[in-house]
Amino acid sequence: MSTDTAFAKRSREEDWLPILELATREVFEIMLACKVKPVAQSEGKPNAGFTAMVGLAGALCGVMTVCCDAKTAGLIAKGMLGEIAESEEQVGDALGELCNMIAGNFKNKLAGTDERCMLSVPTVVSGGEYRFHSLADGNSMETIVLFEDAPVAVRLQLKD
Amino acid sequence: MDKIRALIVDDSSVMRKIVERSLRQAGIDLDKAVEASNGAEALLALQSNVVDLILCDINMPIMDGLEFVRQIATVESAKGVPIVMITTEGSESHVVQALSAGARGYIRKPFTPDQVKEHVLPLLGKKS
Repeated sequence: MSTDTAFAKRSREEDWLPILELATREVFEIMLACKVKPVAQSEGKPNAGFTAMVGLAGALCGVMTVCCDAKTAGLIAKGMLGEIAESEEQVGDALGELCNMIAGNFKNKLAGTDERCMLSVPTVVSGGEYRFHSLADGNSMETIVLFEDAPVAVRLQLKD
Repeated sequence: MDKIRALIVDDSSVMRKIVERSLRQAGIDLDKAVEASNGAEALLALQSNVVDLILCDINMPIMDGLEFVRQIATVESAKGVPIVMITTEGSESHVVQALSAGARGYIRKPFTPDQVKEHVLPLLGKKS
């Protein structure tokens, strides 16, 4: 499915980072009862223990990723479940859902995307020994928030 | 009201647990939560379980939530059972499609237990 050129143009002309930050903040606040705010990139990028990905297709084409270290992913899962995750798979599942909700919340805040933007089911990679090559080589934005004092990176890469 | 048996349909086991917990936090006396990870599994589950309430995601592999809601109309034991969609898909089009297919409520993720209470209790004949 090709990108809607109007949205590709908008993504270059408008600053969508505050929308991504708000979408991220709301999901952390509602699902984890945790107020997070963006921190400077210099505060450090997370070690990629877990990376959750959700694809966007239609009016917006690209990929949303949420990346954090394994310990933080475990704490996120615990926060969502209300108890310690039973397995690494459940930790990944929780991070995938977090990514899914941020992606959904982001697109719902963008006027006009409506049903013309669809989300994929989440994919989660565990471990850091990989290189990420997205074909979505257009506009990209990233916000890093601290959860339990550890960085969590939320990145959106869009295709032109 | 008697204890409630709910069918929770979501491809994420974490989300199924969160929905179950939210129902309890909403004050719903949950007797049993039957889980399914997609629409096809949910249709199968309805063959051996009678439920009072169905909460269903939209984006799922194998059979999505909208198709499940359309197909459930043919399941005799599920006739009249209220279905509430719980999904990240927030577009008006999705809401209209879900309600047209037979869903009685629509909750956008992320959600709070209060939102579950507000949408689900009236469907069970309780005040929210």
